[in-house]
Amino acid sequence: MSGLDKTLLVSSSPHVRKGRAVDRIMFEVMLALLPAVAWSLWSFGLGALFTLLTAIAASVLAEHLACRMVGRPSTVRDGSAMLTGLLFGLTLPPGLALWMVVVGAFIAIFLGKALFGGLGYNPFNPALVGRAVMQATFPVAMTTWVASTAPERFTRLPSTTLAWPLTQPVVDVVSGPTPLSAWKFSHQATDAADLFMGSTMGSAGETSALLILLGGVYLVGRKVMGWRIPVTILATVAVVSGALWLWDPTTYASPWFHLFSGGLMLGAVFMATDMVGSPMTHTGVVLYGILIGVLVVVIRTWAGMPEGVMYAILLGNALAPHLDRLIQPRVYGTTRKGKAP
Amino acid sequence: MSASSHKTFRHGVHPPEQKDDTKDLPIRQFPFAPSLAVPLSQHIGKPARPVVREGQEVRRGQLIAEPDGVMSVAMHAPASGTVKRIGLLPGGSGMVPGIWIAPFPGSTQEVTEGTPVHPDTASPQEILQAIQRAGVVGLGGAAFPTHVKLTVPAGKVIDTVIINGVECEPYLTTDHRVMLEQDADIFHGIRYLLRLTGAPRCIIGVESNKPDAVAHLQARVPAGLPVTVEMVPVKYPQGAEKMLITALLGREVPSGGLPSDVGVVVVNVATTAEIGRLLPHGGGIQERVITIGGPGVKKKGNYRIPIGTPLRFLLETVGVEDDLTTVFLGGPMMGRAATSLDLSITKGTSGVIAFTKRQTGKEAQAREYPCIRCGECVEACPIFLNPSQLGLLARVGRYEEMASDFHLLDCFECGSCSFVCPAHIPLVHRFRVAKAAVRKERAAAASKQAAQKEVERVKAEHT
Repeated sequence: MSGLDKTLLVSSSPHVRKGRAVDRIMFEVMLALLPAVAWSLWSFGLGALFTLLTAIAASVLAEHLACRMVGRPSTVRDGSAMLTGLLFGLTLPPGLALWMVVVGAFIAIFLGKALFGGLGYNPFNPALVGRAVMQATFPVAMTTWVASTAPERFTRLPSTTLAWPLTQPVVDVVSGPTPLSAWKFSHQATDAADLFMGSTMGSAGETSALLILLGGVYLVGRKVMGWRIPVTILATVAVVSGALWLWDPTTYASPWFHLFSGGLMLGAVFMATDMVGSPMTHTGVVLYGILIGVLVVVIRTWAGMPEGVMYAILLGNALAPHLDRLIQPRVYGTTRKGKAP
Repeated sequence: MSASSHKTFRHGVHPPEQKDDTKDLPIRQFPFAPSLAVPLSQHIGKPARPVVREGQEVRRGQLIAEPDGVMSVAMHAPASGTVKRIGLLPGGSGMVPGIWIAPFPGSTQEVTEGTPVHPDTASPQEILQAIQRAGVVGLGGAAFPTHVKLTVPAGKVIDTVIINGVECEPYLTTDHRVMLEQDADIFHGIRYLLRLTGAPRCIIGVESNKPDAVAHLQARVPAGLPVTVEMVPVKYPQGAEKMLITALLGREVPSGGLPSDVGVVVVNVATTAEIGRLLPHGGGIQERVITIGGPGVKKKGNYRIPIGTPLRFLLETVGVEDDLTTVFLGGPMMGRAATSLDLSITKGTSGVIAFTKRQTGKEAQAREYPCIRCGECVEACPIFLNPSQLGLLARVGRYEEMASDFHLLDCFECGSCSFVCPAHIPLVHRFRVAKAAVRKERAAAASKQAAQKEVERVKAEHT
């Protein structure tokens, strides 16, 4: 019996697995981002293409270097650095100087992730850490927006893209305000339909709410992502901004404007749902979503900047471990206090 | 059919069922091996004490070892033959005492030397003793002595006997076949159980992937017997008794407690059938039904196999694929990988499942990632632990904290967390290690305390 003349493999039960590994999850999320990426490439052309490719390449390189520095095997193949790079790229203005993109990606990986011990140990969403530092360091460049669907977008790069460090680029791109800054600083409303479809200015990946939602629906359908975080964030934003708007529609923007503008959709669907930085229990997740939703409206309405999604999510990330500590599910056969009845 | 398929417990997982290969194959008799190795420690508790000597001829069904104390059950000869040797033989976790029997060629008449017990006239105590003498342990896999389980603590009232026909482990179809082929034994066994516990009713719980078994049993419930057959949706680990109680009755067994704390006793359906088959004649368990399956074996099926059949003989008889890599005893979720082909079939072996390179290759390549806090394990755990948190603590050896703050000892090791983990962290394995460490630590602390008390007492006496 040839089949029996050998050493048996012995392992601990269970001997079967569901079979969706971490790298597969990362791949699925990137797949879900494809519609938004495609839209970004269509509306911003070469500028978006270069921004995204640079962000991804720099993140992967940073991850590899970070692993080498501490003498660990490279974790590039788990796909998390690639995803961080893609998400980071999508939050940037499409004409941002590429050297800045590289700096931001390194900050995202080193400061946002490697410093804490790599994948799984980062308390904050690395892409947003990168973006937050960029926002503070290069406030002008980070708020210079190129026009959407400019006619020459497939033939030439925005002049800012290839600018060298410490030089003042000649701004020859047609730039303009995002819908949020238009509302904040000149009280100009943008058509909700434009926002939903995405024919507005903004960061590379945030303009089309519809396509981002599509990606979100895919992830929920594939059970890669829970529906609770995006739904509670969006619902909270709608309720809070709706209440303000009903109170005084001339001062406060409408709920659909809030829902479909800026980085909310991208943040709610792809950033706040980052598994590492969000709570694990259903109750925890709902509280986390409500917190982020309220903060988004508060920052957008009363703070000095037009957009608040990034800081709202980072604050939510900071609270997530505490929510997990506080809200442990009731263990079977025990009372709420954890004792046997 | 009065099947209510909405009843279930919360959380749990859905491993591929893999039952189609064997669920329609009737139970067949497995041939006798040239040598049977019968472990005397087939269950939780004390090994049985041999009552035969080397060289003695025994007959099939004859008592060969008697229970040694309360947590012990009898062993019977699985075949007529000669006792070759009494000594240590390989068991699941190290060497265990056992008896080797060389069967005579050709099958022989079974002897029943025990006292027959009738369900309507026997006292509960007599039934309990008969169950212990028949060598009955939980055939679902845990192999806990059934008479101990059925001993209702003083002051507890049992209002429901649950017969567990869930069989939620992938590949296994033994309970399924027993329900289709041994309905009379099952119902007769229930008579004993109701008499014994004083319960007014009995529910047979079956998962909805066995509609034929539900229909079969429902159509054959004897008049006057208070039995209902209920269907529960397919979900692992519904066969765990706590989960089944919650699914059928909505009650939760208290942490650290027993089903009798909520008025329930749960007995596996094959165990029930054995009680119904053996007690009327005073026989003992000498064989059991197992599923032999998995992609690694050729003649898959459900077999009535003599206890003590060596694994090597079993696999040679059914034939294996050349690229066989792993054999496990029980199902793939909770079963143990066989460390050697010299192990033998015990009363707790519900199946022998073999995998080939195709299944285990993937498993071996699956590298471990850091926990990404996805929460899938939290969603899977049927008793609402936080396996992710426990896993982090286990990694750094904070076992006592796991037990005191995170309910480690409530874990019954179903493996749902490891099954779903996308980071391939061997969670349940680490919990087993942690539980053993905590129990050892606590036992040591308790004996130290006792010793100190003793020292103080002696000191006090001398002053």
